Amino acid sequence: MSLSASAPIQAPTRRRRSSRVREALLGYSLLAPAFIVLGVFGYYPLYRLVHFALYRPNRFGNGEVYVGPSNISSVLADEEFLDGLWISVKYLLYTVPTGLVIGMLLALLSHRRLRGIKVFQAIFSSTVATSVAVASVVFFGLVNPKIGKFGDVSFISLAKADSALRGVALTSIWQNVGLTFVIVLAGLQAVPDAVIEAARVDGFGPLRRLFRVTLPLISPTLLFLIVILMIFGFQSFAPMEILTHGGPAGATETLVFKIFQRRAPGQISEGSVMALGLFGLTFVVTLLQLTILNKRVHYGE
Amino acid sequence: MASDGHPSRGLPRSIRNAGWYLLLSVLSVAVLYPVWMTIVRALSEPFVYINEGQPFLPVAIDWGVFNTAWAEGVMGRSMLLTLGVTAIITIAQLVTSMLAAYAFAYLRFPFKTVLFVLLIATLLLPIEVTLIANIRTIRELDWLNSIQGLSAPFLASAFGIFLLRQGFMGVPSELRDAARLDGFGHIAFLRKVALPVNRPIVGSFVLITALGAWNNYLWPRAAVTEQRWETIQVALRSISVSRPERFNVGVAAAIIASVPILVLLIVFQKQIIRGLTAGAVKG
Repeated sequence: MSLSASAPIQAPTRRRRSSRVREALLGYSLLAPAFIVLGVFGYYPLYRLVHFALYRPNRFGNGEVYVGPSNISSVLADEEFLDGLWISVKYLLYTVPTGLVIGMLLALLSHRRLRGIKVFQAIFSSTVATSVAVASVVFFGLVNPKIGKFGDVSFISLAKADSALRGVALTSIWQNVGLTFVIVLAGLQAVPDAVIEAARVDGFGPLRRLFRVTLPLISPTLLFLIVILMIFGFQSFAPMEILTHGGPAGATETLVFKIFQRRAPGQISEGSVMALGLFGLTFVVTLLQLTILNKRVHYGE
Repeated sequence: MASDGHPSRGLPRSIRNAGWYLLLSVLSVAVLYPVWMTIVRALSEPFVYINEGQPFLPVAIDWGVFNTAWAEGVMGRSMLLTLGVTAIITIAQLVTSMLAAYAFAYLRFPFKTVLFVLLIATLLLPIEVTLIANIRTIRELDWLNSIQGLSAPFLASAFGIFLLRQGFMGVPSELRDAARLDGFGHIAFLRKVALPVNRPIVGSFVLITALGAWNNYLWPRAAVTEQRWETIQVALRSISVSRPERFNVGVAAAIIASVPILVLLIVFQKQIIRGLTAGAVKG
């Protein structure tokens, strides 16, 4: 943020004061469009969520009554919220480690000098071409109990409450393969060949090179990946809606799914508290991300 | 395991290479398997597999299914609508990000740091968090089922401003001095120096934004209540999930909806991958 003396235009000193004012005015007007959008659709909704959380529509539907912070604590302590939170966390446990391992494995295996390796790299990164809705339709066709080829595999059966979330998670795992692969590969490519060569000269075998040199060197990339996979996991919605519609018996109703269901005016108070809960979670994960990013910058210098 | 062949290994190189190809091919098949089954799905008559289990190769191939999906799903309309919304979002984000990034990178004004922190803090407010409040706002504006309703929350992004600001700050000071000596004003400097120098960053940003806008699901799902305003991603759900017995039509629609993205990805592979990995790897 140290930008002194970087302005392309510098006015003569005698008009310095007025030129400063003009520069500030120009600055604010350049910021205005972005800040208006982010204000109206970023900060204002945050204020509204708090407002909706503290008020409930009255019985006649034409006004609001103040219910106070007790409303917030009662929704947060309610089974609905805790259920959604737990299902979201389980979804992370299903998708993040698996996704990370698959992405790493594919990247490690295809990071080598071999004729035609680009073809394999293109295939492994290809799922970035799918949208979450397309991926959900694809997996609907694979695991749906009625028409799916794997519809009756009980470990991922969408028909049973205790396995449905795993079936849904397959969608995210597969859709994220491309992105995780691309990111890990970029991390691997940034490791200087000389370092690996030096380890080899020092008599490090392939496994020791992997665990003692390569993985530590790309650990910042892996941490970054874990964070974005967590954020994606918390924000997943289309797979649940398309594959199970939250069922069976609410077993795949993640926090975002529950919030979406409470968007109608009658339920907006409860939904807003849940959204604030999700905000809290996002806050923690994003702080984690910023900390990691900061560390990485120092790391690279 | 993590690096290329070791010269003193026992097996001859050709055999080891064959092993790698075999392994990589098996993994490729695994990654592409869902795609292949989807194509088989689209081309086979659904009754063939509802009773007998889905075949690995298409049975009773029927290319007409793509026509059916196109016509029944009114896909032309929703793709055009999505294209319009995507264009609006992408152009608006580019413009708003460019202007704000320019101010943050080159201009001096009071409260700059505070404003920058406020900007970055909006990363904590993704659409999933703000959804129901924003839907209320859109409803009050009477923007449900409209292009402005579909695009409004995405006309600016902290990510874009941050990315372009980084790029602008990387413009060498010699270039800035030269531009000043040449008497360039702000607009000329932006147009003739700052943007051209950062063309790769701008390109990646535009592509990533367009991909995101085209693939967006949650917001259009909530901001639309009439079928004719459904974007392509939301329409896919109605086309495919509502009638499992005609699922071949649904997956055909999903394939059609993926074509524009696939083309974009093939043409701009490098730029897109650079955009996706921005922030993941330093340098």
